[in-house]
Amino acid sequence: MLKRARGLWAWLLAPAVLIISNQTMAEEVERWKLNMVEGVTPISREVYGLHMLMFWWCVVIAVVVFTIMFYSMIMHRKSRGVKASNFHESTVLEIVWTAIPLIILIAMAFPATTSLIKLYDTSEAELDVVITGYQWRWRYEYLDEDVYFFSNMSTPREQIEGLEARGANYLLEVDEPLVIPVDTKVRFLITAADVIHSWWVPAFGIKTDSIPGFINEAWAIVDTPGTYRGQCAELCGRDHGFMPIVVEALPKDEYQQWLDQKRTDLAEIRQLTEQTFEFEELYQRGQQVYTQWCVACHRADGAGVSGIFPALIGGVSVGPVEGHMDVVVNGVPGTAMQAFGEQLSEVDIAAVITYERNAWGNNMGDMVQPIDIFNFKQND
Amino acid sequence: MAHGPAKGLRRWLFTTNHKDIGSMYLWFSFAMFIVGGIFALIVRAELFEPGLQIVDPNFFNQMTTMHGLVMVFGAIMPAFVGLANWMIPLMIGAPDMALPRMNNWSFWILPFAFLMLLSTLFMPGGGPNFGWTFYAPLSTKYAPESVIFFIFAVHIMGASSIMGAINIIATVLNMRAPGMTLMKMPLFVWTWLITAYLLIVVMPVLAGAVTMVLMDTRFGTSFFDGAGGGDPVMFQHIFWFFGHPEVYIMILPAFGIISAIIPTFARKPLFGYSSMVYATASIAFLSFTVWAHHMFTVGMPIAGELFFMYATMLIAVPTGVKVFNWAATMFKGAMTFETPMLFAIAFVMLFTIGGLSGLMLAIAPADFQYHDTYFVVAHFHYVLVPGALFSIIAAAYYWLPKWSGRMYNEVLGKTHFWVAFIGLNLTFFPMHFAGLAGMPRRIPDYHMMFADWNMISSIGALIFGASQILFLYIVLDAIFRGKKATGQVWEGAEGLEWTLPSPAPYHTFSKPPEIK
Amino acid sequence: MKVPMPSNPVTALCLKLSALVIGMFVFAIWILPPMYDVFCDITGLNGKTGGRYQAVDVPAVDTSRTIRVQFVSTNNDGMTWEFGPEVRSITVHPGEQTRIDYAAFNPTGRDMVAQAIPSLTPARAANYFHKTECFCFEQQPLGAGERTQMPMLFIVDHDIPESVHTITLSYTLFDVTDRFPELVAAMAD
Repeated sequence: MLKRARGLWAWLLAPAVLIISNQTMAEEVERWKLNMVEGVTPISREVYGLHMLMFWWCVVIAVVVFTIMFYSMIMHRKSRGVKASNFHESTVLEIVWTAIPLIILIAMAFPATTSLIKLYDTSEAELDVVITGYQWRWRYEYLDEDVYFFSNMSTPREQIEGLEARGANYLLEVDEPLVIPVDTKVRFLITAADVIHSWWVPAFGIKTDSIPGFINEAWAIVDTPGTYRGQCAELCGRDHGFMPIVVEALPKDEYQQWLDQKRTDLAEIRQLTEQTFEFEELYQRGQQVYTQWCVACHRADGAGVSGIFPALIGGVSVGPVEGHMDVVVNGVPGTAMQAFGEQLSEVDIAAVITYERNAWGNNMGDMVQPIDIFNFKQND
Repeated sequence: MAHGPAKGLRRWLFTTNHKDIGSMYLWFSFAMFIVGGIFALIVRAELFEPGLQIVDPNFFNQMTTMHGLVMVFGAIMPAFVGLANWMIPLMIGAPDMALPRMNNWSFWILPFAFLMLLSTLFMPGGGPNFGWTFYAPLSTKYAPESVIFFIFAVHIMGASSIMGAINIIATVLNMRAPGMTLMKMPLFVWTWLITAYLLIVVMPVLAGAVTMVLMDTRFGTSFFDGAGGGDPVMFQHIFWFFGHPEVYIMILPAFGIISAIIPTFARKPLFGYSSMVYATASIAFLSFTVWAHHMFTVGMPIAGELFFMYATMLIAVPTGVKVFNWAATMFKGAMTFETPMLFAIAFVMLFTIGGLSGLMLAIAPADFQYHDTYFVVAHFHYVLVPGALFSIIAAAYYWLPKWSGRMYNEVLGKTHFWVAFIGLNLTFFPMHFAGLAGMPRRIPDYHMMFADWNMISSIGALIFGASQILFLYIVLDAIFRGKKATGQVWEGAEGLEWTLPSPAPYHTFSKPPEIK
Repeated sequence: MKVPMPSNPVTALCLKLSALVIGMFVFAIWILPPMYDVFCDITGLNGKTGGRYQAVDVPAVDTSRTIRVQFVSTNNDGMTWEFGPEVRSITVHPGEQTRIDYAAFNPTGRDMVAQAIPSLTPARAANYFHKTECFCFEQQPLGAGERTQMPMLFIVDHDIPESVHTITLSYTLFDVTDRFPELVAAMAD
């Protein structure tokens, strides 16, 4: 209720808030941005050029039309004592203003067509990345490298709810960005596992729908190293606004280092499965996993959303361990609860189950080890 | 012969009088306009600043969905049908609509459709939250339970529109006074005739789309489910095969209204009447060939992209003809600027802006950047708000004296115009910038770089919303306290409706008028 | 053929318009979807690939060209199997018949039925990629805790456009257990 009241206040004090928020906003955020980014790929620059060309054509047309209208409104008003003339037809004029737009349109169609053909040319790629949209995260898989990972938004809930100052990359930051090398033709193979999403990085000039059961493609050659941010562009359910895309373009050698490191990390995570953990370790890790993966639906206090997302206070968290593992690993068919068996490592599943069974007053006192999850997956 | 209306509630429940039914349509659409406006204000309130302050994201999605559905099917379309009911018989010299009893029926099922639709908001799991375009599988496998009520509501709205359209076609083709040839009809009648044909062709397609969604969710078919050999992209093709003509359904009658108002206040006949008729017909025809420009990013083959890009660009030609014709009508006129004229001029200018951004969106490679951003939101609101909505408001001011027999307060009317005009541009113009800067549509929260534009949009929305309360006051004030209007009302107005006294008697043209 | 029309012109018109309404509704549900499928087959729209391919004559292998074929697998929401191709990509010559096995493992405690949905990119290659044998032609039942190898045999057509050097074939695995109770029952026996 308090929040609502504050919202109302903000409305009433709008102009004041506008000024105040000017000061409190992070310095590094670029504001009052008017135009599309030029981007860092051949396609994005071409699209930018096309956009500006179209824009200026539109300005010219608008100026012509508005000039005629304003001229008439000023000069041909009754208060100036003019008498209306009675002309109401002119075949010549009508042909002229059918033909001229047609010529302009044909002039516009040429560059648009050549750009589109380039945009569709995905051949000769040096790196293939499979991008899969999930509610509400992305999965990246390097096709020939045996490396894959999920990418979740990492902005804390506290910032969204206004309890903490917002960071410079609010809502546009992820735990694991997609990393690609510069000066390399990268082909993106885009698909989805549930509903339709759309993978959009403005700086690359790419927006391609990710559709369950279908594969789409797009490509980019990034020429400037840097971090590029985008968002899901197709309404995909509750957290559509919270599944950002972050791509880091690295120089080729740094990219190779990153790739090797990533392989080692993945191997390490597999090893962790064989270790035995203390309760505290699991609980801490579980809390992190929970905030990252579960909190969107089940909420930070485990209360869920009545009628849509079940509470984790009581319920499955205080039932048998096998049942709990089954829900997390295999999901609940026909609901929003996904099968996390493939998305999370054994360690993380064990940790989050341990956390859920002991947080928010559930106090079951038991814990689950990664090896239990491994065995559950094999034998179940 | 002439007898007055029945007394009390029975008059409205059982009426078959085109004027009564027209009034009911108009009041209903105003009510829906307020409801849809409240939904929009909830959306704008949440987007006032970054962060989640007021609503849950799921409820936010319900608000954007309901705003779209209520405004399209509840506010704009019924308002045009209401205007058609009131004005078409008066304009063609007919005593009433051709099918008066169906007319009653087609209105009275509408409130039930919207009661059903709005009631979903109070159901467990909430109302429709998949956008007014209800893309599968979000609207099938992942939909809330209430989707079934949404489907039935859309069916009823569709039935109502189809009955209305049949009635209008039957009236225009059979009920014209002797001598009222097709090419003598006012453009409002022409545009509505063409619109009615569009409705008859595409509303069944919408009905088909929701029926397939129903079968996929309840009866285990897989029209749109890949698992059973279906295709979610096919949903989009079918939806936009309906959806694009639907856009023209919401704008063609507006062209007719503007073509009536501008000549009146320029005191000069409409420039290029017959080319206006042909332009309308060709826009309607082309509207069936451009649907996939809403889907440039789904991964169509390049030949498809090119075809839909060229076809879309082609629509600019007849639309341009219309704008040039209106400008030529104003040129060398003797203009005055009463409230209807102000709204009509704003229509031409702002609709042109919306049309030009539409031309930018037609360019497929650039559309990859614009698609599903606030740039698109700005575009279609520029076409629908100063387009469809302003034409309806202009029509209300223009014909209100004929309907009620009383004049509205001109000072208040102009105030309404300027407040609405400023509010509207404050709301929607910054959306172009937010979209180009990279803000996707349908998100409840956003990065700070979009904050300033969004705050201005929200303030503008509040101003625009407030101006509509003034509109309600002006209309009520005119009806109950306004000065008596003459039959002619406007100095430069021409057409059969102005030969009648104001208010127009309950029964008109029982004897067909003489057409010069 | 002459349909007798009512003499009242309004009634006649209404009948015609109603017929148009019904016609469009029928068109939307019963004609558009099959028409769309045919259209997709012809154009390769959405990378839909055709059904079982019957080689007309024994194709000669064109060793002058090589095509890289990549395999992508995705589990749709709620599908818990481990599922993937044995190799991620191979190089083939047009005309050459190649076999790829997909491995599937049902780790759950229940008997399940899956359906794999193929999609191929670039779309212009879709009509030149022929499957002579594929697990995607029918549903795949797999008992609790069972593993299986699922074969797919394909030939890349000679006439594949010169500009195509890489073909990506994606399979999305859907859980269709609820739709095929008879297959589940058969497994239980």
